Parts: sequence; structure tokens; C-alpha cells
Amino acid sequence: MSPTTLLAALLALSSLAYFLGRRRALAVAGTPGNVKTLHSRPTYYGALTAIWCGIPALILFGIWLAFESNIITSLVVADLPENLRSLPPDRLNLILNDIKNLVSGNIVSGSIDTTMQAAADHYRQLLGISHAALAVVAITLAIAAALIVRFKITPKLRARNHVEKITTVILVFCSTIAIFTTIGIVLSVLYEAIRFFQKIPVWEFLFGLKWSPQMAIRADQIGSSGAFGSVPVFVGTLLISGIAMLVAVPIGLMSAIYLSEYADRRFRSTAKPLMEILAGIPTVVYGFFAALVVAPLIRDAGSFLGLDVSSESALAAGLVMGIMIIPFVSSISDDVINAVPQSLRDGSYSLGATKSETIKQVVIPAALPGIVGGILLAISRAIGETMIVVMAAGLAANLTVNPLSAVTTVTVQIVTLLVGDQEFDSPKTLAAFALGLLLFVITLILNIIALYVVRKYREQYE
Amino acid sequence: MWFVNTGSSMNKTSKPAAAPAADSTRTIDLVNRSLPRRYRAEKRFRFYGIGAIVLSLLFLSFLFISIAGKGYPALQNTFIELSIYFDPDVLRQDALATADYGKLVKASLSQMFPEVTDRREKRDLYGLVSSGAAFKLRNMVLKDPDVIGQTLPVWLTANDDVDMLIKGHFDRTASESERRMNDNQIAWIERFEKDNRIEKRFNWTFFTAGDSREPELAGIWGATVGSFLTLIITLVLSFPIGVASAIYLEEFAPKNRWTDLIEVNINNLAAVPSIVFGLLGLAVFLNFFGLPRSAPLVGGLVLTLMTLPTIIIASRASLQSVPPSIREAALGVGASKMQMVAHHVLPLALPGMLTGTIIGMARALGESAPLLMIGMVAFIVDIPRGFTDPATVLPVQIYLWADSPERAFVELTSAATMVLLAFLIVMNAAAVILRRRFERRW
Repeated sequence: MSPTTLLAALLALSSLAYFLGRRRALAVAGTPGNVKTLHSRPTYYGALTAIWCGIPALILFGIWLAFESNIITSLVVADLPENLRSLPPDRLNLILNDIKNLVSGNIVSGSIDTTMQAAADHYRQLLGISHAALAVVAITLAIAAALIVRFKITPKLRARNHVEKITTVILVFCSTIAIFTTIGIVLSVLYEAIRFFQKIPVWEFLFGLKWSPQMAIRADQIGSSGAFGSVPVFVGTLLISGIAMLVAVPIGLMSAIYLSEYADRRFRSTAKPLMEILAGIPTVVYGFFAALVVAPLIRDAGSFLGLDVSSESALAAGLVMGIMIIPFVSSISDDVINAVPQSLRDGSYSLGATKSETIKQVVIPAALPGIVGGILLAISRAIGETMIVVMAAGLAANLTVNPLSAVTTVTVQIVTLLVGDQEFDSPKTLAAFALGLLLFVITLILNIIALYVVRKYREQYE
Repeated sequence: MWFVNTGSSMNKTSKPAAAPAADSTRTIDLVNRSLPRRYRAEKRFRFYGIGAIVLSLLFLSFLFISIAGKGYPALQNTFIELSIYFDPDVLRQDALATADYGKLVKASLSQMFPEVTDRREKRDLYGLVSSGAAFKLRNMVLKDPDVIGQTLPVWLTANDDVDMLIKGHFDRTASESERRMNDNQIAWIERFEKDNRIEKRFNWTFFTAGDSREPELAGIWGATVGSFLTLIITLVLSFPIGVASAIYLEEFAPKNRWTDLIEVNINNLAAVPSIVFGLLGLAVFLNFFGLPRSAPLVGGLVLTLMTLPTIIIASRASLQSVPPSIREAALGVGASKMQMVAHHVLPLALPGMLTGTIIGMARALGESAPLLMIGMVAFIVDIPRGFTDPATVLPVQIYLWADSPERAFVELTSAATMVLLAFLIVMNAAAVILRRRFERRW
């Protein structure tokens, strides 16, 4: 039985259990008029039966499937002939991949010999056994649990309280997923990053001025030995983000001011959603736009002016990223400006200030902390933005602040290092996780400061 | 001078005025004299505001126009009509599926242009028709074996270079070394044109095929199905979990350190770069749990974690907007807290939650960076049939095509972008309609 069918079967069983429980409750109550002798409404008895029927079986289902492939793989490895098992881990992984491809009927990279075919058959057989066992165990568990609950149903059973307690537990569990996600991010990135720092010293990574992650794979290979100084990568990131902020902050702030202070309702209600479309466009579309339209435009303009512009210039990526961030800056500034109390403006008008003077000298200073918080959030978004720079910025880690030359960013490096086949032990792959850790820490700090500032500020005028 | 200077600007004007003329020292004159300048500044400021809005809307329209302008030709594809003789010698009855159908096309072309004998010229000639033509012929024969032995006119897909030439992207007058097609090929195409054997038709392949290395055979159906499967997983997981955690945090949670921590966490996760979620997916789902690479299942899991904060925040806002009187009334007639939430608060908050979910789904649909990390960037020809089949999604398909060197892929990329944007517009419009229709002001 495939997992999908099993899942459907479990859900069907669970809904069957609902009717079973409800009927049992009605039967226990006796004649229809006697429903009031039950502690809870009959549906609660049904729900209780359904929950006990479904949830333990589903938990088992999830855990089983999560660990199934690892266990089967280790069993298959244990059964491989000695000469294959003693291979170094990376070669063994390749063979395992081939075996898995054989199992799923994909194209296999190497030639298929009998041992591999046997291993694949073994794998398939184990998988079949595992699925069958899971089906038997899960369905038995579901039916048994449903039957136990059914026999426990009496008019005195406090079904509603049970159901509500279980629901509360589920709600609590759901709300902790956010914490588990954060822990998962930190642990997974940290673990690989620590492995990286065992090979490359932290100081070299943080302050090294040369980034070229290509490593010689074989000992006899001529090539770069790899340099993992992240400074050029970060300078590139900051350069592109800086250009983006130069575009986004003035335009975003001015449009927020106009929309919240000058525009009448009708203009506001059409212009604001239109600007928010910019935020809804997928970043890959911006990346395509930057690479295909903006970059050639800038290069042509540059050559017209006699400048030497790289075709993957930081300027193109930064400009387009700035456009993407405009609505982000403008919507946060808009919120913040609207939160400034009208009495401050009225006070300023009564002293004879014009509207723009009021805005410049009263409203903006009053809203400044919130605006700064919004800009910090926008910077964190610019630093973490991936697709635009992957498509429009370069790969070469040049240590420069010239916006017309090609630079690379943290996210570009992560993508290039991790996309495609990798071996998981080389510093080259682990470097991506170290960069990821740094990226996460930097954006986390920016976010915490920004969220704190914004929240603090909102409270001030409420 | 008791009048308070409102700004440094007024100081400047008062300096020259302080000297000779006695009446000009009166504050009102100072103010009046500064008025034109201040009004000019006011106008300038307003103009900057309008300018900023107009500029960003100009960017927006420039983006849409340039993509639509590049993308719409991809809706048509060039076809060439050849009279194909279904040669019984080539199509043996016992091996119809594996016969050499390309040979039929080549025979037909050689028959049309008997003067071509040179090996290289022949290769150029055969290159005019797409390599997918053989599949079309095979399907024709398998569907109706009676065609064997007949000579039929068949419209076959042209190669992407021919397509580009017909659509006018290559300059026919340029010198031979500067274009992708040589003089012979252009002469042959012109003969096809004279015989009315070449025409542009609606490009069904684009909407029904999977990916391909040949632009004329590539389509977005595979990526669309992949996106659909991924989004189903995302929706099924993120909507219940998001709503449940919003309900807990808003209705049940006590105000203490623990819930504060959860809240800070959720707000932070909403601002974590999406690529970090990809790293999480790679390390946890692929390496630790050993789930299959490139599968919509894993993509859906990663996107779930990414969209959860959005949905939780929207759902909480929606719960907050339900007035407390509703809760008090329910509690007052004896409902338990859970009944109050399930029967009264949740139905009222649901439209807002759905709106937030649709917006979160739209974001997930357009997201590609985390999916690159978990291998959904592979070149996949087959249409995925399940949650664990290798698949790719629309935005990643756009990324892949944007990297391809052929000119024809630029058109395809733009057209795929248009399709993606159309999906997003539909989803966002649904959210807006939902909000307008069900939003209640209390």
C-alpha cells in the first residue's frame, strides 16, 4: 500500500470513527429524547473517537516515513559486498544514488552491474516490506483505538472536555512550530558552519580579502587551492544593497509622504494598490528584467558616455532591487506617518507653517524612529534578496566599490556553491553554510533592532 | 521681535531687513516677503511627492510592457508543411514504436530539394525541421497505422532558428557570418514561403509540454503541475497550522515570557531571507530525513515554513478585529472557551484569514530561491505525477530558461513570466474580492 493511499485510508477510517462514536453515544443515551442524559453533545463523542482513531496513527505514519529511507539505506549498505562497503564515503554515496535511481526507474549515471541490480532489488523489497508493515500497524492502531474509545462511551464520559483538552494541545503544538523552525535554522546552519570552521579558521573567513572557493578535487589537479575570505563578498552585497537603498528610500519615502499627507482619498485608493503590485511581483521576474532589459540599457548608456560598464554591473542589480523595495519602504513609512497624532500637525499649522514645512520639521522628526526601523527592515531584505542578484550580478568576487563593475553577493555565492551535485565534506560546500550563518545572523540583528524600534515607537503615540 | 522663528530659513531673510528701512522690521512684512519663496518650496515638495509616485508607476508599466512585448510572440510557433511518404520499408509492422521516423522527414526534404547533395548542406537542410517532428509522425502512425504507404501533407514544427527568422528577430540582410543561418537555409525558407508551406500557428506545445533543450518543444505544463503540487502541500500544511497557532496566541495564550518569545520568533521569521529556509530544507529534510531531492513534497514543506509567519500574522490581525462583545456574549450564555472560538469568533475571522492565506500562497508561488537549494532546479522533461516525483516550479523554470543561450528562450521566458504573473494576479484579485465581500467594520 503506497503512503498516499494509506493516508487516505487513515482519514477515511477516522471519519468512519466519527459516525461510529456518535451512533454509540446516541445508543447509550437510549431513546431520542434522552440525549440530555449525555454529558456532552453526541458530536463530541464522535469527535473524540475520530481523534483517537486518527491522530496516533498519523503520528506513527509521519515518524515512520521520516526515518524509513535512512534505515533502509543503512540496511542496504550493510548488505553490499565488502569491496563496495569499504569505499570512501563520497564514492559510496554515488553508488547509493545510482541504486536509488535504479529503484525509481531514473537514468543511472554509471553502468549497471549485477551487484547494483541486486542492491536495488533488495532496496525495493525492503521498501515494500516497510510500507506493508506500516499499513498493517497504522490501520490496526487506528481501529483498535477507535474501538477502545467506543466501548468507553458512557453517558458520564466527559467527551467535550477531552476533545477541548486535546485541541488545546494541538493549538499549542502548532504555535511552537515557529520556534522549532528557528532552532532548526540555527542548528542546521551552525552545524555545517562549525565543520567549515574546523577546516578554515574563523579569522581567515571573516577578514580574508580573497574569495575563490574552487578547490582542487584530486591531489594531482592543477587549480586554485581555495581562498575563503568573505570580505569581497560582503562588500559586494553592501554595494548592491546600498544602490538599492539609494533608489528605494527617497522614492518610497516621498511617495509615502504624498499619499498620506497630500493625496485625496480617490487618488490614494488607486495609487496605493498599484504601488503594492511592485511588491507582489516574484523576484525571479525582477531578475529576468534586470538581466535582460536594465543591464544592457546601462551598458549601452555607459559606452555612449565612454565608460567601461560590465554587463553584470552592480548598478543594474541594485537599481532593480531598489524598485522592488520601494513599496516596502513606502508602506511602512505610510503606517508610521499616519500614526503621528493630528494635534502635532495642527500645532504647527497654527504657528503659520506651510504644509511642507510641517512635514519636514514636525511630522518626519516625530516619525523618524519608525521610518528608520522600516529602512533597517528594507536593508535586511536587500541583503537577503537572492534571485535578482543571482540573475543579474556576477560571480567574480571583486573587492571594489565601483558600481559599474561586476561584484558578487552572499546569496549568489550560496546558490552557486549549493546548486548541482555536491560532496558534503568539501570546504567549498560547507562555505555556503558559513555564509548562510553570517547572513542569518546579520539579518537577525537588523530585524530585531528594527522590530524593536518600530514597536517602541508605535507604543509611544498610542 | 517676539515672533518665534519657525526655522533657520527665516533668519536669513531677517538679516538684510534689519538694516535701513524702519517699517521692514515688522514681523508681518518679513513673513509676507518670505511667502513666495515658501510657497515655491511647498510646490516643489509636492512635485517631488507626485514625481516619486509617477516614477514608481512608470517602472511598473515599463516592466510589464517590456515583458509582454517580448513574450507575446511565443504564443505562436512556426510550422512547415511537408508531404511525408509513410514508407512501409522504414515502418515495419513489428517495430512501429522504435522505427526511424526522422528518416521520413529527411526523405521528404531531399525530395523537395533534390539539388542538395553535399553532406554539410544536407545537415543544414534537415536542421530546418525540429527534432520533435519525428515524435509527431510516430504518434500519427501509432494512432492510425493505415497511413503507412500513403503520402500525406503534414504540418511539422520548425526549428527554433527558423521560428526566430520568421518572427523577424534575425536580420536576413546581414552578412552570412553575422547570423545563425546561412544563405542556403534562407533560400530554402524563402521557397517554403513562396509555396505557402510555412506559417505561424498558436503554440499549443508551450502550454502542454514539459521542459526541453529545444525551445520549440519546450513548454510550461510540467512546471505548472509542479507548482500546483507544491502549493497543495503548502496550503494543506500551512493553513491549518497557521490558523491554529494564531488562535492559540490570540485567544488562549497567557501573556508571559514564553508567548513573547513565540511572538518575537514569528516576527523574525517573517523577515528571514528566503534562501535561509532553503538551507534549512537542504540540511534537515534532504540530509537528515533523507527525503527525495527535487520533490514537490520537500518544496511544499520548505514553503510552508516560509509562509507560516505571513499567515499567522494575518490571521491574528483578523482575530483581533472581532469585537470582544461577541466573545462575551458567547461566554455569557454558557459556551466554553473553545466553543466560543469555534462557533463565533472563527467564522467571523475566517474571511480575513483566507485573504492572508491567499496572499501567502501567492508569495509561495513566486518564490524560487529556497527551491534552488533543495534541487528543484533540475532539468526535468517529464510531467510530475505525484508528490515525490522530481519536479520544478514556474519561477524556477523561468530562471532556468533565462539562463539558456538560445534567442528563442528569451521569448519563452517572457511568456512563462506572463503566465506566472497571470496566476498571481488571479490570486491577488481573489484576495481583494474576498476582502471587499466579507470585510466587516464593527
